[in-house]
Amino acid sequence: MPDDKKLFKVTIDNITIEVEPGTSILNAARKIGGDVAPPAMCYYSKLKGSGGKCRTCLVEVSQGSTADPRPMPKLVASCRTNVMDGMVVKNITSEKVIDARNGVVEFLLINHPLDCPICDQAGECDLQDLSYEHGTEGTRFEFVRRTFEKHDLGPYIQLHMTRCILCYRCVFAADQLTDKRQHGILDRGDHSEIATYIKQSLDHDFIGNVIDVCPVGALTDKTFRFKNRVWFLKPQDAHRDCPRCAGKVRLWTRGEEVFRVTARRDQWGEVEDWICNECRFEKKKASDWVIEGPTLISRHSVISAGHYVGMKMPREPLPEVMGGRKPKLLMDIHSVSEVNDPNIDLSKIEGPAHSTDFVNKG
Amino acid sequence: MGRKLLLEKAHVEGIRGYEVYRREGGYRSVEKALKSMTPDQVTDEVKKSGLRGRGGAGFPTGMKWSFIAKPEGVPRHLVCNADESEPGTFKDRYLMEFIPHLLIEGLIVSSFALGSNVTYIYIRGEYAWITDILEQAIAEAKQNGWLGKNILGTGFDLEIYVHRGAGAYICGEETALLESLEGKRGNPRIKPPFPAVKGVWDRPTVVNNVETLAAVVPIINFGSEEYAKIGVGKSTGTKLISACGNINKPGVYEIDMTISVEEFIYSDEYCGGIPNGKKLKACIPGGSSVPILPANLLLKTAKGDTRIMNYESLADGGFPKGSMMGSGGFIVFDEDQCVVRHTLTLARFYRHESCGQCSPCREGTGWMEKILKNIECGKGKISDIDLLWDIQRKIEGNTICPLGDAAAWPVAAAIRHFRDEFEWHVTHAEEAQKRNYGLAHYADPLVVA
Ligand SMILES: Cc1cc2nc3c(=O)[nH]c(=O)nc-3n(C[C@H](O)[C@H](O)[C@H](O)COP(=O)(O)O)c2cc1C
Ligand code: SF4
Ligand code: SF4
Ligand code: FES
Repeated sequence: MPDDKKLFKVTIDNITIEVEPGTSILNAARKIGGDVAPPAMCYYSKLKGSGGKCRTCLVEVSQGSTADPRPMPKLVASCRTNVMDGMVVKNITSEKVIDARNGVVEFLLINHPLDCPICDQAGECDLQDLSYEHGTEGTRFEFVRRTFEKHDLGPYIQLHMTRCILCYRCVFAADQLTDKRQHGILDRGDHSEIATYIKQSLDHDFIGNVIDVCPVGALTDKTFRFKNRVWFLKPQDAHRDCPRCAGKVRLWTRGEEVFRVTARRDQWGEVEDWICNECRFEKKKASDWVIEGPTLISRHSVISAGHYVGMKMPREPLPEVMGGRKPKLLMDIHSVSEVNDPNIDLSKIEGPAHSTDFVNKG
Repeated sequence: MGRKLLLEKAHVEGIRGYEVYRREGGYRSVEKALKSMTPDQVTDEVKKSGLRGRGGAGFPTGMKWSFIAKPEGVPRHLVCNADESEPGTFKDRYLMEFIPHLLIEGLIVSSFALGSNVTYIYIRGEYAWITDILEQAIAEAKQNGWLGKNILGTGFDLEIYVHRGAGAYICGEETALLESLEGKRGNPRIKPPFPAVKGVWDRPTVVNNVETLAAVVPIINFGSEEYAKIGVGKSTGTKLISACGNINKPGVYEIDMTISVEEFIYSDEYCGGIPNGKKLKACIPGGSSVPILPANLLLKTAKGDTRIMNYESLADGGFPKGSMMGSGGFIVFDEDQCVVRHTLTLARFYRHESCGQCSPCREGTGWMEKILKNIECGKGKISDIDLLWDIQRKIEGNTICPLGDAAAWPVAAAIRHFRDEFEWHVTHAEEAQKRNYGLAHYADPLVVA
């Protein structure tokens, strides 16, 4: 990067970094990584216009910029708010944010069927992860949930509207990946739904990607429906010579059998390269592919390929390394040797453990 | 009697037609502005007049105009917001129906100030007959050289188009309106960018309410100083109030913003008091979105001052003890009205009108309606009241557009001021069902067993 370009300094949850002007708060936070990155259910860096809708990424701006240090009056959607030089943002360090986020999660769940036991998305569902972190046990919603009939969108995709959180990602994906707009949102408010224009069919070489962008189990792969649970499958990176797309995919296998093919996702769960329908739906034999090797999987997640790319985790989970003691939060633990220091009982540290805890006490 | 600037001539026989309107002094402001002023001078006059947006938020109009971006070679647009769908608000309709040329005149002067050569009126779809009236007025104005190319030989070109909405309250929100005007689904945009930078077709755009733009006419005719003399403080000029509910004379009134709320309700010049000798219980002073106020806080502020019909005084006390001028939809409730039932009606409206883009508003509005329905139908629990409070709290401020707030505020205010009426509905479910009105003790102490 040329030196003459001025970078903006932004502090998020007490961690300061420098980013290019025009970076959103969310993307700045993702540069820091870990829990500092707000959850994003609708924003998708590869889809233009996405974001701003789900409100899970709300953050507090306690200082607007160096030039205008006033705090912003309301929480802002970090995915659609750009950083200013000298901005100070609070995400997990703000009670207001946590409170609002819990509220958003509750709103997202009141009409969600919670049929995870029979949902193909279970195990790699963003809503599942989100409610695990922010949801409460039980519900305060005592009414019949909103339901829709499920229906097929063309030969490969099933729409289970009842599970949809109306993030609009699939609408943007269909708009931006295909040459003609094929589906959108019908009606409004809590009765709005994803719908197609003509004969409920979506046919386009790249339309299968809407399945990957869907954060929940509303759009599922009909060739994979009920075939297996994702956590029984082994994800492997593979490629083939494809005339239509880059042909870089993730195979989900058990033994020799390929159960499904998806695009590769990065650490934020976003598709790296869009893949075509043929790769996704038609190439279900191991011999169709050149297998590169197993996908790195985080130990904290049942399966989802999130938050860990390239990270070398200790061979065994930490509690074992620590002689059975449980750390409070792993985000700021940098190396196993520090963690392994017998003088520090992590469970005694107030709040999240920071590396300074080791320096000072160890 | 207060001074009238907008509706003074509204009942002159034949004023809807061009001939009479012109004879009564119409289009003088266009002559004055186009021939003797620069666009910046017009903007300046509007700034100095202290005119505030009449669409609900009360934002200073001149300031809004001065924010419009002026990139080289990019057309700018003025859009008139005639969507008027807020329950209780029907003032724009009155103005457009009876004196349509006043709006057209205001639009020409304002378009000149902003440099808009194509100006739109986005009108509520249900106002079909008013669309005809406006189109007629536009045609007449054009025939007489007030629209079209090279108006009055000044080189200023202007066309005005009327665009009908398709029946959605949300399309009154300015960015949803712009989406709808572009032919898209009326979802509010995520700001920034603001319309002044990227509005309709990504061009710099100013959106103003009908009444705001009509008020530009007297400002230019009489001068900003004269205009600013009417009213008090930051509430200058006159304001149209659409009054409805339990009053003897519902209708649209033009007031200067110095009269007291009490005078407005009880004097024969305005609402004419409450029918059948009933007592005042509560009032929503500025359209369905603003907080409801019980009688004791309505006529006097919490500090004990007389409450005046203007921006500052109605807002005195903040949300806990005040309300807002809003869009001027003045809804009066007498002692027989039930606040729970009324709150349910509003909650149903907001649930129905939410665009559904953002989770708190989409899900929260529906949830609130369901709980309120339970309470109203005698199936509520005391804990439901706290739950309602918590839900509205989690919607407010966390949404894309202010509709979320507009749905939250009425529920919050109703619980804040009438909590025991909600509780009474829970504890006296059967009686609440039969009577179908709430506790009257806010107006007139009533012993409830
Ligand atoms: C849900 C919603 C509905 C609105 N409806 C209207 C409307 O019908 N008419 C109107 O003039 N402004 C309406 N507004 C306010 C507009 O967004 C905007 O502030 C106004 O048109 C600006 O004009 P003004 O500055 O002249 O008041 C609405 C706002 C919201 C959030
Ligand atoms: S179907 Fe999935 S991707 Fe589409 S809006 Fe619903 S949740 Fe989002
Ligand atoms: S607040 Fe409601 S109406 Fe406004 S954008 Fe969100 S869902 Fe739509
Ligand atoms: S990710 Fe920012 S609002 Fe959804």
